[in-house]
Amino acid sequence: MNITMAHGAGGETTERLITEIFMSAFQNKELLRSGDCALLPGAERIAVTTDSFVVQPVIYPGGDIGRLSVCGTVNDLLAGGAEPKYLTAGFILETGLELNTLKLIADSMAETAREAGVMIVAGDTKVIGGKGGLMINTAGFGIVPEGREIGPEMCRPGDALLISGTLGDHHAAILGKRMGIKNDIVSDNAPLREMVETLFVNGIRVHAMRDVTRGGLATILNELAKSSKVCFELEEKALPVSESVHSFAGLLGLDPLYMGNEGRMLFSVDEADAEKALELIRKSRYGENAARIGGAAETHGYGTASAPSVILKTLIGGRRILKALVGEGLPRIC
Amino acid sequence: MPYESILRFLTEYDGEKTTIMEICGSHTAAIEHNGIRSLLSPAIRLVSGPGCPVCVTVSAYIDRLIELSKRPENVIVTFGDLIRVPGSGASLSDAAALGADVRMVYSPMDILTLAKKEPDRVFIFAAVGFETTAPVYARLVELSEEDGQKNVRLLTSLKTMPEVVDILCSSGGEIDGFLAPGHVCAVSGYRIFEPLAEKYNRPFVAAGFEGNEIMAALYALVRLKGRGVVRNLYPRVVTAEGNTSAIGAVSRIFEKGDASWRGLGRIASSGLYLRKEYERFDAGSRGLDRDRVAEGCRCAFVLQGKETSTACPLFGKNCTPSSPKGACMVSGEGSCFNAFQNSQNGLDGGFRP
Repeated sequence: MNITMAHGAGGETTERLITEIFMSAFQNKELLRSGDCALLPGAERIAVTTDSFVVQPVIYPGGDIGRLSVCGTVNDLLAGGAEPKYLTAGFILETGLELNTLKLIADSMAETAREAGVMIVAGDTKVIGGKGGLMINTAGFGIVPEGREIGPEMCRPGDALLISGTLGDHHAAILGKRMGIKNDIVSDNAPLREMVETLFVNGIRVHAMRDVTRGGLATILNELAKSSKVCFELEEKALPVSESVHSFAGLLGLDPLYMGNEGRMLFSVDEADAEKALELIRKSRYGENAARIGGAAETHGYGTASAPSVILKTLIGGRRILKALVGEGLPRIC
Repeated sequence: MPYESILRFLTEYDGEKTTIMEICGSHTAAIEHNGIRSLLSPAIRLVSGPGCPVCVTVSAYIDRLIELSKRPENVIVTFGDLIRVPGSGASLSDAAALGADVRMVYSPMDILTLAKKEPDRVFIFAAVGFETTAPVYARLVELSEEDGQKNVRLLTSLKTMPEVVDILCSSGGEIDGFLAPGHVCAVSGYRIFEPLAEKYNRPFVAAGFEGNEIMAALYALVRLKGRGVVRNLYPRVVTAEGNTSAIGAVSRIFEKGDASWRGLGRIASSGLYLRKEYERFDAGSRGLDRDRVAEGCRCAFVLQGKETSTACPLFGKNCTPSSPKGACMVSGEGSCFNAFQNSQNGLDGGFRP
């Protein structure tokens, strides 16, 4: 077996790579929780996460790799219930990269870090031979406040599912730029601190959060269902997808349910708080298109043939099982 | 007719058992995406036909691509689906992991840009498809000719629908009606199915790809059972005669010839090949007949609507989307892939919530 692109696509193949190679080599109970970040014991609970960013092109409609490298890591910390504090940044620069481009990207990182309320406190730079590319790794540290208990294993039957905005924008923006398809789609890359904190400040009982990235909403819900041992039911008509992304995906045979975002959070909240939570998210920055898309239910006989994890009620009233992404999410050919 | 009435009819139908084949892979995918099976009476059975281009490609074609990919000057350019289809041994994805230059594109025209950038290399397009994609390849050949582009080739596996549908009808399958492929009808015109409808006394209905369009077509097919007629329920796109300029382009560049279909063997006059005057563009497409499938693989029967995917002994066990043994499990349009997606762990494709 060799590494193929499918190993990096965020679906089932990625999960297997992580479980079979990294989890089994590094295993410890923090890693085994499989959350967006680890919560470490100490005087306080410290949340730690790391992510590498290799997106091409490095500047795309609505953002750039610098902004992305901050958003991705900050949102992972938020999803773990932490208040993001510090980032480190490691740069791998390829020869030929224009300094002006690097400057622009660094400025964008700084601005996004300011917006997210985090400090970039350590860094590293390496240069390798290449064609002017640039990759960034960021690690993030945050503190989880006393008494806050949220995590991928905490969804409960009866929970309402809220999504903070339209699906697939980042994925479509990158793909459109790469393929030179003219469109008005911009990436949704954004740090979601204000949105998440307003929920906690207002006492919303958030049970679980996930940053909707690679693999898309369908894959992430499958992972949550597995961790929490519940099943989810979604309403297709409630799913927010912009007109442009809808047509773009239709053109290429992609499904927005399997396309990634970089500034969307999925919340599993107590049903009693759902309406208030939705209102708060909609009022917060980046949350104007938030929607209630379904809920969690009891699963009977988890993992058996008759107990699908994620079911979509389609526009025409049919029921479709949504599985995790398989392979690379390839476009159709005719 | 309001959608609610159509839905009620199809849900409550308790007449004679009726089997409908959707020929086109895009319909197979749309049926799963809309959860249409969950809405139909148990007396209405849907089976998938041979209209997923990747699924009907023989192993010799994949083997030939892999062989071509081993020459350092060659670059294989392809749509995504084909990358993971196993040949008699490896897939293109395996070849790429070992260093072959395989590039995925979304439009065949992208090959021209690539070929101009690297004039020293030979770019070979894996030109798989039906009547729908053939015009694009025809245009690609014409443009390469006009530009004097010398490093573009096609390895074709192009097939046409009426001949294979004729075989399905005559081989004694129990198909009562056909959801005619919307895109093929758009190019070739719905008339191409009239001779078959009359010959075999079975209805063909051209349909779009939205959930309600498919439901309306299924309603019409159940109603028309036993009648040899063609109906067009996709009039905003499909006409009787089709797209004459596309048909013209295809016949300028390609000629008819026998073609081998995975599981179905050689079918007379069901393929398209580059004409003699364009053979310099051909990367060796003729005579690719050998078809080795994995032991136990039932793709051949699934493609003819004679068996369901779940009846295959490999389904969900040795053959899954992440480790496919047959082409029907690879493509998003494949019958097995869709059946697998609609079952929680691959063992129960007949899920009805």
